[in-house]
Amino acid sequence: MLGLLTTSPSGLEQLWFGLITVLWLGYFFLEGFDFGVGILMPFVSKDDLDRRVAINTIGPVWDGNEVWLLTAGGATFAAFPLWYATVFSGFYLALFVVLAALIFRGMAFELRHRGGARSAAWWDRAIFWGSALPALLWGVAFADFVHGVPLGANATWTGTFFDLVKPYALVGGLSTLSLFTLHGATYLGLKTDGEVRERAQRIARLLAPVTFVIVTAFLGWTYLTAHSRHEVGLVPPLLPIAGVAVLAVVGWLVRERLEGWAFIGTGVVIVAFFTTLMLNLYPNVLVSSISSSDTLTIAATASHRYTLEVMSWVALIFTPLVLLYQSWTYWIFKKRVTRPATPSEPVATNS
Amino acid sequence: MSTFIGGISTLSLARWQFGITTVFHFLFVPLTIGLGLLVAVLQTAYYKAKDPAYDRMTRFFGKLFLVNFAIGVVTGIVQEFQFGMDWSRYSTFVGNIFGAPLAIEALLAFFMESTFLGIWIFGRGRVSDRIHLAAIWLASLGTILSAAFIVAANSWMQHPVGYTIDPVSHQAVMTNFWAVVTNSTFLLAYGHVLFSAFLTGAVFMLAIAAWHLRKGHDLAGFGKAARIAIVATLITAVGTMFLGDSQAKQMEQQQPMKMAAAEALYNSANGASFSLLTIGDLSGNPVFQVRVPHILSVLATNTWNGNVKGINQLQKEATAKYGAGSYVPVIWVLYWTFRIMVGLGILLFVLGGAGLWLMKRKRLEQSKRFLRFASWMLLAPFIANSVGWIFTEIGRQPWVVYGLLKTSDAVTLIAPGYVAASLIGFTAVYTLLAVIEIGLMIRLAKVPTPILAGSDVESVPELIY
Repeated sequence: MLGLLTTSPSGLEQLWFGLITVLWLGYFFLEGFDFGVGILMPFVSKDDLDRRVAINTIGPVWDGNEVWLLTAGGATFAAFPLWYATVFSGFYLALFVVLAALIFRGMAFELRHRGGARSAAWWDRAIFWGSALPALLWGVAFADFVHGVPLGANATWTGTFFDLVKPYALVGGLSTLSLFTLHGATYLGLKTDGEVRERAQRIARLLAPVTFVIVTAFLGWTYLTAHSRHEVGLVPPLLPIAGVAVLAVVGWLVRERLEGWAFIGTGVVIVAFFTTLMLNLYPNVLVSSISSSDTLTIAATASHRYTLEVMSWVALIFTPLVLLYQSWTYWIFKKRVTRPATPSEPVATNS
Repeated sequence: MSTFIGGISTLSLARWQFGITTVFHFLFVPLTIGLGLLVAVLQTAYYKAKDPAYDRMTRFFGKLFLVNFAIGVVTGIVQEFQFGMDWSRYSTFVGNIFGAPLAIEALLAFFMESTFLGIWIFGRGRVSDRIHLAAIWLASLGTILSAAFIVAANSWMQHPVGYTIDPVSHQAVMTNFWAVVTNSTFLLAYGHVLFSAFLTGAVFMLAIAAWHLRKGHDLAGFGKAARIAIVATLITAVGTMFLGDSQAKQMEQQQPMKMAAAEALYNSANGASFSLLTIGDLSGNPVFQVRVPHILSVLATNTWNGNVKGINQLQKEATAKYGAGSYVPVIWVLYWTFRIMVGLGILLFVLGGAGLWLMKRKRLEQSKRFLRFASWMLLAPFIANSVGWIFTEIGRQPWVVYGLLKTSDAVTLIAPGYVAASLIGFTAVYTLLAVIEIGLMIRLAKVPTPILAGSDVESVPELIY
């Protein structure tokens, strides 16, 4: 029933594909540096106090950042039910790993400072792996959306877990892993002081060229295969080129101590990266590697007009409000997190 | 593709997974909602009266609130995605209607609670006291709103309104959003869920305060907390019972099979009696029962001799309407969960009433018996919340969307190995979380509040996490 629908998406459906893209962009921009901070925490710290400095840079905001994921998931469920149903049942085990990782990571932020040194060491592992695994797997998943998954007729999966980890997808995963880590490094450079700041900058300088190579390879691969795979495949080369160009100067920005610009730079690369993928995906939402007639399209998976209209009104009214108060939090906590002068005991407060 | 593994179907694995993850998640959610509001009340009391006892209580219960909030958040992420994982045919069928409240819940409620809680945790001493107080109130409002949308979504599954079935795609399509958010089932269920969440918070606070009062810790602080909690327990227990009673009448109208199964009433009856307990099986030939005449009719119809439909008649009606098959849920589960829920509700009402009586007589701190009773009641709201949801969800079976989609037609067509793997995985992860969480909560709950010197109270910690 699904492959037969070849109509092009309506304006409202295009709008919602765009809004869901924006939600994912917001998620990857914001939780991207959260992941990066989690991955880098062992490498920017010499002792527990350093690790706490790193965690405290994202302490007040990480949970709000993760809500972007829940909103993207909910909006996909509402606007494109079949897309939601197919992706999350198909990426079953990968999604399970991501969810388990996010569970342990979130618990670690809240609980690590409440126990002793031994439990803190375990929570530190949870923070590292809980950040690294999703950072890798989100890239794998988005690469798979574009290059195809074993999707048969009527949106049924015909493959296994291993069909999801092909070379292209793995390079996609390494791209997001390195990109989010670099994003975290520029964030730590901006939000900390002293030794942690120096180490973060050093890592950013080393990591920037590596990330450049991986991301350039991936976006190049994406560009070269896009037109040949999809007749209507749309990749304005301007966007990936701009992303790669900005990535090329991030290392220099870090060296010049233009920390704010370096952070904006890694953020721009993330936006360019995922926008390229989503534009490449358009007008599909999930490509079938078996037959192009089994590819899921925006039009075939979208909810009816009325649902999209209701959702549009809700989004129009409440999104500005959310953006306003979420930005306000960043303004409140705009100061750099510094190491207390004397190593204090775990502070007993209401937190 | 085989849908069985070792004789176990994907369907039953998926149902166990949903049951385990959802009951686990909902152990923490009501406490987040209830305790959030009570912490906001305590902080407001401190803001107004400047009595440091209120400040100590705000910090003490605030700490427990945050530990509990964290586990509610991380287990909530699973809830958002497992509809797609295990119930993809359900998701496709209902997405037009069910997805909207989930998206709105994240946009309106989750952003609000997480952002303002961040400000509350990290903002002490960095924002003004007024903004710090506003932050906990907004976080609390966020938790209260979040319950609204998920209960609206669930109520649509219990009693679908404002929809039509698309003849081509066979999906349920929303035709009236207003009807969905003013669904009569939703209005009562939301009130019931909200009151029971506040009751959970109140009993939790009372139980812990009572333990410290019995030990003689910080009588000024825990005495105040216990008094607030007693009044809250009484009010919310009455609210929960009142709304639950209205829901019973609504249930007789909208899902009569659930009501009949709750009593194991096989044949329709006028002036039906209610059994307090049954010994023997529930197949209609009990060994021993304690019955109260007319009460089932009063409960279901609000009249002394009202007609309550029986399982046999309803099964016949259902086969005529929907075709062959069993439309009877698992009776013993419904019978006992209903009694445990109602029984615990009454017990908590007694707890609140006894507490108020002792308060009036100024004997609260002296009554060791009451304080011990109050501490033991800690578990009661959690059990009641769990069995309440088990009752309402099992009672809807075989339907996942009442009258429209059967649970067996909702499950993802996936090899059971995947579901078995994630079921084992989630159960292991959640068990580990429960051990850590409960251990930490007990440790934190037992630490007496430090009575700080004036200057220490205002000190701002440099690193919070």
